[in-house]
Amino acid sequence: MKVKVLSRNPDDYVRETKLDIQRVPRNYDPALHPFEVPREYTRALNATKLERVFAKPFLASLDGHRDGVNCMAKHTKSLSTLLSGSCDGEVKVWNLTKRECVRTLQAHEGFVRGMVVRFCGNSFFTVGDDKTIKQWKMEAPGYGEEEEPLNTILGKTVFTGLDHHQKEGVFATCGQQVDIWDEQRSSPIRSFTWGVDSFSSVRFNPVETELLASCASDRSIVLYDMRESTPLKKVIMNLRSNTICWNPMEAYYFTCSNEDYNLYTYDMRHLDRPVIVHMDHVSAVLDIDYSPTGKEFVSASFDKTIRIFPRDSGHSREVYHTKRMQHVICIKWSADNKYILSGSDEMNIRMWKANAAEKLGVLSPREREAVNYNQKLKEKFQHHPQIRRISRHRHLPKAIYSQAKELRVMKEARRRKEINVRKHSKPGTVPVVSEKEKHIVTVVK
Amino acid sequence: MAKISKKRESKKSRKPSKVTNKTTPVKPEVSYDDDDAEVVSEGDENITSEEEEDERKHQKLLEAISALGGKKKKKLAERSEAAVQMSEFTVNAEGEGDKIDLSDLIGTLNKTPAVPKKTKKQLQNLQTKNTIESPLSKQESERIQRDVAFQKSAAEVSRWTSIIKQNQRAEQLVFPLKQEPSGRRPVEKVVCGWKAQTPLEQEIFSLLSVNKQPINDPVLTPKEEASMRAMSLEDARIRRAELQKARALQSYYEAKATRERRIKSKKYHKVQNKAKRKEFLKQFDEMVKSNPAAALEELNKMELSRMQERMSLKHQNSSKWAKSKAVMAKYDGEARKAIQQQLEINKDLTEKLAASLNKEEGEEDEDVGDPEVLPDFVNDAETGSDPANPWMRGKLSAEPAEKEASDCEAPSVAMGNTEEEEDEQEVEETEEEALLREFDSRRKLRQSQESDKDPEMCVTDEEEAEEEHEATATDHPDTSDKEEEELSEFKSLLQGITDSQASRAEMPADAEPTQTSAPLEEGLVRIRTLEDIELLGQEEAPTDEAPAETQEPPSTQAPSSAPEKAKRKRKRAIDVKDVLTKEAKVIRVPLDPTVEDAEELDEKDGQRGLIKEAFAADDVISDFLKDKRKQEDAGKPKVVDLTLPGWGEWGGIGLKPSRKKRKKFRVKVAPPPPPRKDQNLPCVIISESRNSSACAHQVSSLPFPFKNPSQFESTIRTPSGRTWNTERTVKKITKPKVVTRLGAIIEPIAREDVMKDLMKNQKQALYYTAGGRGGSHLRFIQYPAAPF
Repeated sequence: MKVKVLSRNPDDYVRETKLDIQRVPRNYDPALHPFEVPREYTRALNATKLERVFAKPFLASLDGHRDGVNCMAKHTKSLSTLLSGSCDGEVKVWNLTKRECVRTLQAHEGFVRGMVVRFCGNSFFTVGDDKTIKQWKMEAPGYGEEEEPLNTILGKTVFTGLDHHQKEGVFATCGQQVDIWDEQRSSPIRSFTWGVDSFSSVRFNPVETELLASCASDRSIVLYDMRESTPLKKVIMNLRSNTICWNPMEAYYFTCSNEDYNLYTYDMRHLDRPVIVHMDHVSAVLDIDYSPTGKEFVSASFDKTIRIFPRDSGHSREVYHTKRMQHVICIKWSADNKYILSGSDEMNIRMWKANAAEKLGVLSPREREAVNYNQKLKEKFQHHPQIRRISRHRHLPKAIYSQAKELRVMKEARRRKEINVRKHSKPGTVPVVSEKEKHIVTVVK
Repeated sequence: MAKISKKRESKKSRKPSKVTNKTTPVKPEVSYDDDDAEVVSEGDENITSEEEEDERKHQKLLEAISALGGKKKKKLAERSEAAVQMSEFTVNAEGEGDKIDLSDLIGTLNKTPAVPKKTKKQLQNLQTKNTIESPLSKQESERIQRDVAFQKSAAEVSRWTSIIKQNQRAEQLVFPLKQEPSGRRPVEKVVCGWKAQTPLEQEIFSLLSVNKQPINDPVLTPKEEASMRAMSLEDARIRRAELQKARALQSYYEAKATRERRIKSKKYHKVQNKAKRKEFLKQFDEMVKSNPAAALEELNKMELSRMQERMSLKHQNSSKWAKSKAVMAKYDGEARKAIQQQLEINKDLTEKLAASLNKEEGEEDEDVGDPEVLPDFVNDAETGSDPANPWMRGKLSAEPAEKEASDCEAPSVAMGNTEEEEDEQEVEETEEEALLREFDSRRKLRQSQESDKDPEMCVTDEEEAEEEHEATATDHPDTSDKEEEELSEFKSLLQGITDSQASRAEMPADAEPTQTSAPLEEGLVRIRTLEDIELLGQEEAPTDEAPAETQEPPSTQAPSSAPEKAKRKRKRAIDVKDVLTKEAKVIRVPLDPTVEDAEELDEKDGQRGLIKEAFAADDVISDFLKDKRKQEDAGKPKVVDLTLPGWGEWGGIGLKPSRKKRKKFRVKVAPPPPPRKDQNLPCVIISESRNSSACAHQVSSLPFPFKNPSQFESTIRTPSGRTWNTERTVKKITKPKVVTRLGAIIEPIAREDVMKDLMKNQKQALYYTAGGRGGSHLRFIQYPAAPF
């Protein structure tokens, strides 16, 4: 028989050191803690407001280029290194932690069109308007040495884009055709043509590394397999796509930025219909990059803004702009999922936080818990009108705001007209075409 | 001509594309080649036919022209032999107009000996060989190539589907995906980068290589490698896990067994024993069916044990314990109960058995005979023990009822209490047990309420009782059968009952049943009262108690006399028999006519009539008006009367506060509400309870992922903060969806890693489906070698 005795063990309530938190026995009886929903609602509201208060995404501006920044490349092995190429053929290597340029080289005559770092991180490739492909060492030349490329390949035509294979010494360029190059050879090992006169962008699939996709000037997106001798398929859209980016975590999804202000996410197996149409920009979208987690992507637009879209949402969750930022030409999402880098017309590279209100640096455990809890609350009450209003509120430049409004009105008018036409015509003659199907012309096998 | 053929070819090449056009009329996947710049028109087919016609016309034209210019260019007359055109006998030569084939010539060649055999063979080969089909056009072949290549790569990419789905659904994703295991690296990896540089080192390495000692990664001898290959690490891990699990299960099992053995609670063991007994009964029943000989043996054994028990002096009330209890019985209810029980057992044992020894009794005797169980049984104060009840004896007894102890004069009242307690216990017990208990309690109550007779109630409740009895009979045929056997001696009596039942069924329901023989009526009355109690519960209980009290309490001094016992037995018999007979006869009488009525009714009329009948009393409009008025009244401010009698004037019985005072102290608390929205709408009620100020903060429509409002509300209602949840729960709830490590580069997902993981998972899944799910631990242990 066990006799129950009152016992007080100091271990249960005395903290070991002064630095520990006091142990507080809790009584979780719901009767003692009433009004849980209103209290949590208030907390969620406060969290949302604070998020907006702390949302200061702009971190730094890297200036030094003497012409518009035309292309950028992430270093594959170092988070703090960024490469950028400008419209005057200059390439700069930046140290992001110090926010300074560590190396400058005159790579090409005319534009630097494309730029990519080799997977090992020891060298990088550039292509330019002078019809050359150049390979450069990542390290700066020693004292007294001249800045010279490791290799130079002279092409027949201008190259407009460049991308490197994920694991092998193979890279792809585009121009009048899509060429696959072996690093050891001076002529392409394969070139793909399909009746198009020029391509604007080519990207390797980072997961299924033998696949490529390119945007052509005939408004099409063409898929390739490096192992095949012919292209795979192409889809022709209403307007031209500028750039393309594969999702790094989901092998068959890619997103293209289009001239019609939209972005389109495709499943490469079903090109006849995009999975999602991402709308919000009010001018042509020039560049796109996926976050390394594959959950979101960032787009740069001619309307002088950057927008962040969730992968599966039709509208952006965030828009960044500054007074001085002009047309954003290139954009990159850093490999640690924390920062966004944008290069724009007015010669600057800007660094942004990927989550505007996020605190940078190391968080203490309690801080992290608080952040997680607030995040959870915001998520839970996100549909409540007050909270939604606050969390969605963004300030926009007047031009963009009015433009967006105008577009909305135009869209509504078009929709109304279509409905009216349908109403006044024989049933079935005016079919309902969904937004996703509207922008596709054909799929060519 | 050449043009036409080209056209035809192009037409041929486009045929498949047209087929696709047909299948997808809305969004045609037009497949054309950019090199071939011609636009495919719908009337392509017509063109060819038209052109043929054109050609014919053209020919005609040419002929006409040639005819025109015939004078100038005189056609040269062909020289031909007339004999060929027409013979003298107006018979044409065979095949004269035809062209000459190669085969014709070869046919003649065969006959001529001058041609060498070799050439003949060659010619023959030539003749048999088919012509090769012309190759597809370049565009066509490229298109096919592209299609094939696309299919291939699409299939390749589709392998990711499951992983992508899984990641999308995952509650938390931790990046980078490929986490380097922290801690020390294995020696092999460290050694790997090191190279022999000094001559001594080189010498050592050369020696090592000569002796086939491994130098490079991994540092393993061939033997070790072989052993590694024999069982991979993963397999070994899986195997070890499985063995661990088996061991754990075994230890749990053992621990459970010992724990059970150590339990001191008598009640627990009693329950256990009861369960065992029941199991035994079941087995015995089966045995009766399958193996009668063995069953008989079993029966004999039971009988033997009973006899032994009978011979022993255990229950003769001569023991020290019994004596002491007998003394105590005057003052202590529990002791009295115990004694009572003892007496009961004694009675059972001393009683002479009927000619046919039924199983039930035999079984019970065996129980009683069990020396280990018995003392508990006897000594335990059983609250609801009924002397006549064989089922109550082994029953679990709750803590002795306090009330019972206090009023010792009316044990029957206590029985009522115990019945309630039993009801509580029944929850734990099986259905079968519950039913048996029900029988029992009925019997008990019947005994206590012999005097209580109410024929009318009987009639009304008859049906239900029958149904219930029927149900019990169908559910447990074996038990009812047993009882039937037990009561075989009362067959004649039964007959009488059934007759009376039948006669009563024919009578109108409100008519009182005619008086028949005494035992018969008794039976009917009993059932009736039983059902009443069951249905009405506490309401009826007090009325039942009064007659029960009149009954003499069971005597503690001596066993009941023989005739009394016989009577008791008979009662029991009648009860069961009642059940059986009623089931057979009376049920159908009230049911049948209603069924017929339903059939007679016409479908439509019936429906309409039913609705009419159902809503006959409803006055919808007046109801609505009432509702509205009620709502309006509820919205009006209430008048609070604060008048206190006696203040400022005379007070007392019959005096009312003056009107003046009443006017003064009747206060309208709230200001009058704004006019109702439905003020001028007679047919509408607009609820005023909606609060517009709160509305701005409420969700107006159901958000996307939720299927119904209740789902959404429940998610909102569950708090997630640490005020309401434990620390661990909060951590679990607020887990972020994506976790990234500070300063780590997140590489794209790699095929090799994921596929390897996938393979591993599949392997494990395979294992668990193969052997892991077998419920018993034994099977787990017996699973010696995994089939890998």
